[in-house]
Amino acid sequence: MSRTFVDAFPLLVILLPFLAAFAGLLLSRWPRHLRPSSDTAGPRAAGDTVAEGADGTTAPRGADARANRRAAWFAVLPSAVSAVLACWLAASQGFAFFQRLSPYSAEGPAASATARAGSTYGVIETGGVPISLTLQADELSSVLAILVTLVALAVQIYSIGYLKDDPRYPSYSAFISLFTSAMLLVVYAGDLLVLYVGWEIMGLCSYLLIGHWWEDRANSRAAVKAFLVTRLGDVGFLFGIFVLGLSAGSFRIDDVIAKVPELPTATVVAATMLLLAGVAGKSAQVPLHTWLPDAMAGPTPISALIHAATMVAAGIFLVARLFPVFLAAPPTLDVLAVLAALGMLGAALAALAQDDLKRVLAYSTVSQLAYMAAALAAGSDTAAIFHLLTHGAFKALLFLCAGVVIHHVGSNLMNQMGGLRRELPVTFVTMTIGFAALMGLPPASGFFSKDGVLLATEQALGAGRLTDAAALLLYACALATVAVTGAYAARAWLRTFFGQVRVVALPEPEPGTAHIVDTREAPASMLGPVVLLAVPALGLGVLGLDHVSWGTAAISVALALLGAGIVYAVWRGDPLADPARLLGPLRVPCERAFYVDTVYGALFVRPVLALARAVVRTDDTVVDGAVRGSGRTAQGASGLLRLAQNGNVQLYVSGLLAGVLLIAVGAVVFG
Amino acid sequence: MTWLPVALLAVPLLGAALLLVPATAGRLRLIGLLVSGLTLALAVLLAVFFEYGQAARLQFAVDVPWIPSLGLRFHLGIDGISLPLVVLTALLTFLCFVYLCWSPGHLPDRARALVFTLLVLEVGMLGTFLALDLLLFFVFFEVVLIPMYFVIAIWGGQGRRAAAVKFILYTLLGSVVLLLGLLLIWAQTGTLDIVALTQAHGSGLSRSVQIVAFVAVGLGLAVKTPMWPLHTWLPDAHTEAPTVGSVLLAGVLLKMGTYGFARIAIPVLPEGAAAVAPWLGAFAVVGIVYGSLACLAQTDLKRMIAYSSIGHMGFVLLGFATLTPVGVNGALFANVAHGLITGLLFFLAGGVKERYGTADMPTIGGGMLTRYPHLGSLLTFACIASLGLPGLAGFWGEMLALLGAFQPAPGLSRPLFLAFMVIGGLGAVLTAAYFLTMLSRVTHGRRTAPRPGAGVPVLDEGGQASPAAALDEGGRATSEGTGVTAVREGGQAVPTAADVRRYELVAWVPLVVLTLVFGLWPKALLSLTTPAVQILLGGAS
Repeated sequence: MSRTFVDAFPLLVILLPFLAAFAGLLLSRWPRHLRPSSDTAGPRAAGDTVAEGADGTTAPRGADARANRRAAWFAVLPSAVSAVLACWLAASQGFAFFQRLSPYSAEGPAASATARAGSTYGVIETGGVPISLTLQADELSSVLAILVTLVALAVQIYSIGYLKDDPRYPSYSAFISLFTSAMLLVVYAGDLLVLYVGWEIMGLCSYLLIGHWWEDRANSRAAVKAFLVTRLGDVGFLFGIFVLGLSAGSFRIDDVIAKVPELPTATVVAATMLLLAGVAGKSAQVPLHTWLPDAMAGPTPISALIHAATMVAAGIFLVARLFPVFLAAPPTLDVLAVLAALGMLGAALAALAQDDLKRVLAYSTVSQLAYMAAALAAGSDTAAIFHLLTHGAFKALLFLCAGVVIHHVGSNLMNQMGGLRRELPVTFVTMTIGFAALMGLPPASGFFSKDGVLLATEQALGAGRLTDAAALLLYACALATVAVTGAYAARAWLRTFFGQVRVVALPEPEPGTAHIVDTREAPASMLGPVVLLAVPALGLGVLGLDHVSWGTAAISVALALLGAGIVYAVWRGDPLADPARLLGPLRVPCERAFYVDTVYGALFVRPVLALARAVVRTDDTVVDGAVRGSGRTAQGASGLLRLAQNGNVQLYVSGLLAGVLLIAVGAVVFG
Repeated sequence: MTWLPVALLAVPLLGAALLLVPATAGRLRLIGLLVSGLTLALAVLLAVFFEYGQAARLQFAVDVPWIPSLGLRFHLGIDGISLPLVVLTALLTFLCFVYLCWSPGHLPDRARALVFTLLVLEVGMLGTFLALDLLLFFVFFEVVLIPMYFVIAIWGGQGRRAAAVKFILYTLLGSVVLLLGLLLIWAQTGTLDIVALTQAHGSGLSRSVQIVAFVAVGLGLAVKTPMWPLHTWLPDAHTEAPTVGSVLLAGVLLKMGTYGFARIAIPVLPEGAAAVAPWLGAFAVVGIVYGSLACLAQTDLKRMIAYSSIGHMGFVLLGFATLTPVGVNGALFANVAHGLITGLLFFLAGGVKERYGTADMPTIGGGMLTRYPHLGSLLTFACIASLGLPGLAGFWGEMLALLGAFQPAPGLSRPLFLAFMVIGGLGAVLTAAYFLTMLSRVTHGRRTAPRPGAGVPVLDEGGQASPAAALDEGGRATSEGTGVTAVREGGQAVPTAADVRRYELVAWVPLVVLTLVFGLWPKALLSLTTPAVQILLGGAS
């Protein structure tokens, strides 16, 4: 296998879903020009050629089904090929990442000596520091690309069943393809600005997909919020790239990392702090985490792919990618440690009080991402990435299982669930695996990766990389969060699958929820991916088997079981009541996620809107008023001049002569 | 090949002259399409034969004496800075004619005059970008005003008279100041030749003269750009102008102001530029934030897009103010990108207004993606491009302008420009905020049901749609065959117009494609401007 052959793989892996997105958007209804059927309430859009005739209601269904089938091919095939290529690429490098899967190394990341694939596809001259269109696949990107392509493939297949009757499935699957491509661009990018391009396109896809059911204004608002909050962080991120790129004289990641030792610490700290803003936005870390729970308004497969496994992990990936830069900026690591500590515990407590199953998982994602950030702050990028990989598998699994449950029940709310283990046996087993991994119970994958994170934070206590206070806070919060994680996972598991079956009169399905199917278990296209994902969620941990610190692991498992046990005891007391009542007076603040949204609304949103209204008023009265005022002044002045224009020809001629005389005199005098 | 620039001007001029013959009245569509199409073909030819290896050199130069006693020369030429703008102008004009002439409906009243006016307008716009003589530049700069005045005043909306008068007075006033500045340069250097002046790079002009001249020229250009606080003619003009007027106004006319900065003000008066740059940057970032905030509170779609232009032009001016190759590159890129994207946005706003009878967002309600899925999707695309998403054309210009502000030219205060950069970055967030809020209000949500029993024939085309307009709409559609059908809803006949029609698609798709191409392959434009920008800033940095 020649080198150049593999070098083209990153480009191919990115390009395939990218082209698939265009094909899905443009060709799904072409050349028949089949339009989507409009909503049931309104009249059909005129000009809709299939709508003519009496059978206007049946024809578009068939047309939609055809378009959906075609779109499904466009979606799945390129994803599958991309996944194969990504795996091949990683295999050709011998999965080098796992070979250095030591949870903690005092020297920081080992210098990687493995071969890299990829090449530079031109340089964009900007007049200053050029942008080089480089794609590179090193050990880190190769492994992450496998996660991205496989989860994307699973979600694409799952979505075929989940959105079977949705007339907008073609655009939905195309956006997933575009997202996959953008995420792969982030993963393979060898240049910071190229990475930024992918980074932002991911945000766009997230916006479009959260707002998939845009008939409901709440979904639309959630989408806008997600985009704006992440974009706020991204501005900082872009400025961080500027600082790094201009001080290193290149935007290439390799050049930047090579230059770091020569840069003044202040520059590196400024750059990493700015980058951290983007990381906090994308990875939903405190204080920019508020968009993620709202983002659950999107279809559940989207939550699995974008808001659990891949996009939100991009921030963690970025820190790992630029890890030498971050290691050179200890103050940034301190900040990261404090944010992670607050985020993991706060989000876990919020998860304990939510009634919406997807919001439980969303807060859980915030909390788990904070674990990864904690590992990074503690100095172990490998532990962070290992947890990222296992979390990607088990959280995607949990979301897809939640999708099956929601599909079955017709509601997101856990107080309408219960006793589902008999009706959904496959989902019960797989979701149990997912919850076990989330709690960190052996032998599920989460046990091994969480152990790595805890070990890293433990060893950071005395390592001196973090300040003592930050390290201590981080370690304490990490342990406390293990217990809370056990509690909320147990609560969600018990309330979903155990207890009595709730018989709830099902309302007409809103556009915000999936259609209800009356089969006992979901279709194969949905169960297949679920079972597929259960394998790595259960087994991926063995890769870290050699590195387990059994003492830490014992504490962690004991704490998790303690949390779960308390919830179990409370739940046994009254299986119908919510075990969240054990939070007592904390329950309402936890459910409202400590009122952060309210505070932001009062601090930022309303002042900006008030300012906007003030600007419009000012523009009308002051700025334009000045213009109109000067217009009136001119009219007034012209009124004076009009006195001279009285129609008296003699006066005009006299004036003319006087003028000529003046000019003549002037010419003589000055000429 | 030196006949090409002359031909570019001659073809639309001859086309306009041809329209003076009354017999042409029956073939207006054909003439309009042919003449503008031919002009576009010439512009494309220009792009094909342009030597890209020497983008900094002025090519296709024509230089003949015009008024020898004044030293005035008819000097035309093209370099990497003007080439994209010339092609953009020819393209947008052609697309306007496609939109106007290909449509199956009736042409507007006084169609012959409209076609004539637009062709004269095209001569002026192309001439401005081709001229290499200060006075020639000014002449073309002024030629544009009169046709645009008529476009707004005759074919505009309800408040067209006031808007047109404001437009012409404001811009004429700016032009007077511009002329004074140009004459000052002439008086001091004795030449009007832009090439010679650029090469001299300010030598022979004292610092104080340069500052005065830069302020005068800059003020004249800033009115046109427009720079905050000289912008108030723009929202009215845009809102009242007909669709083609808005497209050309935003797509090309605003570019003439910024082009003047790149072609005249900065290279000819480098010391003046360096002295005034902090002020220029300050007004630019105020414009960015101010424009975005004004957009956030707008209820009229066209007015919102007009204010968004102020924000975007703020980025262009910020790029110029940095006086760095990166910043000026960014400004030129943002210039072209804004022409494509905002041109598209105004086309779409025109389409929306035509279908709903209003551009007022509360009246439109929501659910455009349900009623007009393709129109709604295109609007979404244009808005996303305009808010500066990487991978689409809007991003690169703004990013490079900010990058330029991160490290401004030596001699400029770095902390000040860092502050500008941060404010500009926040402005980018606000830009995203107003576009997404607008999309959320207009395209999302359920389609608004017509209010039953409201007395007047309630069209959910929008309250103001007169029955006559609806009839016209109906007649047009029947002739097209697919257009409008009346659907019973709630016991009332509700006319619903077709989704994006073919001629609209033909007019809009090129803009979509170019937005994608420049977004994905920014090198196409940057490789053109970079060498030219180096020359332009030659002595300054």
